[in-house]
Amino acid sequence: MPKKLLSHWITAKNRSDLINLALLALLLLVVLPLALDIFRLNLVGKYLTFAFVAVGLVLCWGYGGILSLGQGIFFGLGGYCMAMFLKLEASDPVSTAIQSTPGIPDFMDWNQIKALPWFWEPFHSFSFTLIAVLILPTLFAYLIGVAMFKRRVGGVYFAIITQAIALILTVLIVGQQGLTGGINGITDLKTLLGWDIRTNSARYILYYINAALLLGGIVFSRWLLSSKLGLLLVALRDKEERVRFSGYDVANLKIFTFCVAALFSAVGGAMFTLQVGFMSPSFVGIVPSIEMVIFTAVGGRLSLIGAVYGALLVNFGKSYFSETFADLWLYLMGALFIGVVLFLPNGLAGLFREPRQTWLLIKHTALMLVAKLRPARLRPEGK
Amino acid sequence: MAETSTLFTTLLMQGFAGMSLFSVLLLMALGLAIIFGQMGVINMAHGEFMTIGAYTTYIMSTFAEAHGFINQYFILALIAAFAIAFAAGYLLEYLLIRRLYKRPLDTLLATWGVSLVMQQAFREIFGAREVSPALPEWLTGSYQPAPGIDLPVSGLMVLVLMLVVTFGVWLMMYRSRWGIRVRATTQNRVIADAVGINTKRVDRITFALGCGLAGIAGAAFTTIASTGPTTGSLFIVDTFLVVVFGGAASLFGTIASAFTIAQAQSGLEFLMTGSMAKVITLVSVVLILMMRPEGLFSVKVRK
Repeated sequence: MPKKLLSHWITAKNRSDLINLALLALLLLVVLPLALDIFRLNLVGKYLTFAFVAVGLVLCWGYGGILSLGQGIFFGLGGYCMAMFLKLEASDPVSTAIQSTPGIPDFMDWNQIKALPWFWEPFHSFSFTLIAVLILPTLFAYLIGVAMFKRRVGGVYFAIITQAIALILTVLIVGQQGLTGGINGITDLKTLLGWDIRTNSARYILYYINAALLLGGIVFSRWLLSSKLGLLLVALRDKEERVRFSGYDVANLKIFTFCVAALFSAVGGAMFTLQVGFMSPSFVGIVPSIEMVIFTAVGGRLSLIGAVYGALLVNFGKSYFSETFADLWLYLMGALFIGVVLFLPNGLAGLFREPRQTWLLIKHTALMLVAKLRPARLRPEGK
Repeated sequence: MAETSTLFTTLLMQGFAGMSLFSVLLLMALGLAIIFGQMGVINMAHGEFMTIGAYTTYIMSTFAEAHGFINQYFILALIAAFAIAFAAGYLLEYLLIRRLYKRPLDTLLATWGVSLVMQQAFREIFGAREVSPALPEWLTGSYQPAPGIDLPVSGLMVLVLMLVVTFGVWLMMYRSRWGIRVRATTQNRVIADAVGINTKRVDRITFALGCGLAGIAGAAFTTIASTGPTTGSLFIVDTFLVVVFGGAASLFGTIASAFTIAQAQSGLEFLMTGSMAKVITLVSVVLILMMRPEGLFSVKVRK
């Protein structure tokens, strides 16, 4: 298999992809760790967890045409699974001896809960947690996918339903404060199997694990797209009926892609919890889910590597502007949504990939502007 | 005997609370049913048009207070709310929506951007705090048809407004030449074009009208709750669910689904916390939609 994979990469058509991937790997693994202090690098790590979601969206939205406005669901599920394990480890009976019920998470104690709820119990086990991070969100995506795609619900309706599910999950988490930590989320996470995740060395290690997983995810997606499945995905995005009439089960293809995207998001969520040290409903709901779509849109919905740059750039922009010009940020974010959709449907990757097209676009816009600004008397008659 | 009558009045009051929610939800959903149901455009900024209507009412009330016509202003505010939201919708269609009719998912993202910009603009103009207009005296009291039953007049007014607007929309959609044009454009754009309907103009007016209706919903909303920059966005998902649940392109379906959702939610709120009531309502709606994706009452449209 690896040999076949390699031969896929080194064709003339894919050579530039390979170079781009190598450049991204160089940036993530060498340049950024050398250039930034650990605080900034940790921030980059946080942004890269969103890149998992963005890469998943390239698969299911860019290539499959399935716009999910609920990727936060899977990001959150993955993150919460990991957070529940870390929280249980942080609430051992010795360090929570001050509580009225020692041995349960602090927020449960504040909400007068006397015993650990049943669904928290299995999260004492690390192997169960790892499996839950990978399986639970994927299974949930599978159920949503089966319910929707088998009935040929797609497009706009799918977007609205996934958005509604994201809303439901947020309201549920916020409402069940005693079981979930409510609006504050699960905080004060300290150690992973006795290893303090707040130290600098742990942060470096987690950053590298995160970056390696992300690069691995991109290679996997690239392989997926260059397989027959990738071709079918593009075909069903552009002419679904024709693919169906050719004898393919369109629903299964869509379900599979949606599940892969959900799995990526879940891994991102779990890595988020590990690197940032908490998980909260503000990464689950409608607003974060739709922001994750804009990372993909800015990077380019057809570019796996572009999606990573999109996630990095938008998040850098967000933290820079919300620190310095807080009021301006929402305007910029809004303008980003509108501008990318209107002028850059293929995102930054589109600019990069088709320099000639870009030049024509700039020229065209400039000419239009000149024509509009020219004084009326100079315009040809009748205009 | 006394106990049954207490139970009865409680149920009645509860049902009335549900009716108020129903009215606002339906007023919101009517505009969306036209924009999304008829035109197939996803306008994520629809909630912000409602906020425009609410803030217009607020401005009108401050103005009315200063000039001493507080008792009459509400009717004027309704008209102004409709007009301003209509104009804003017209502008949005001209500048943005018409370029994206062929890309519905992209419209969704672009209008989300519009909603962010509008929210921030509201925040800068009106401040982050919630405001509520001064209500005229005749709207603040309550109506007592029988002892123990206490119905707020503002709720009744919203109910009446909802009935009038729904009837108006029905008249326009199903009993006017303009409605015929809109439905013709929806059902078969090419043929509609061929028989001489200016479909681009129909699109623009239809979109603006939907936004105007959201403005009226906003004005009605001010009588039962206060308005903040993000008020509209809190309603957007519920409103979309109402329209989808009722079956797009079906006016009756929209009414029925707004009624079901509103009554279910306010009824459940009586039994449990508000957030759980909302969760159960939304989960039921989503589950039913998964089993019956075309909604409760679907209209067969040739695509």
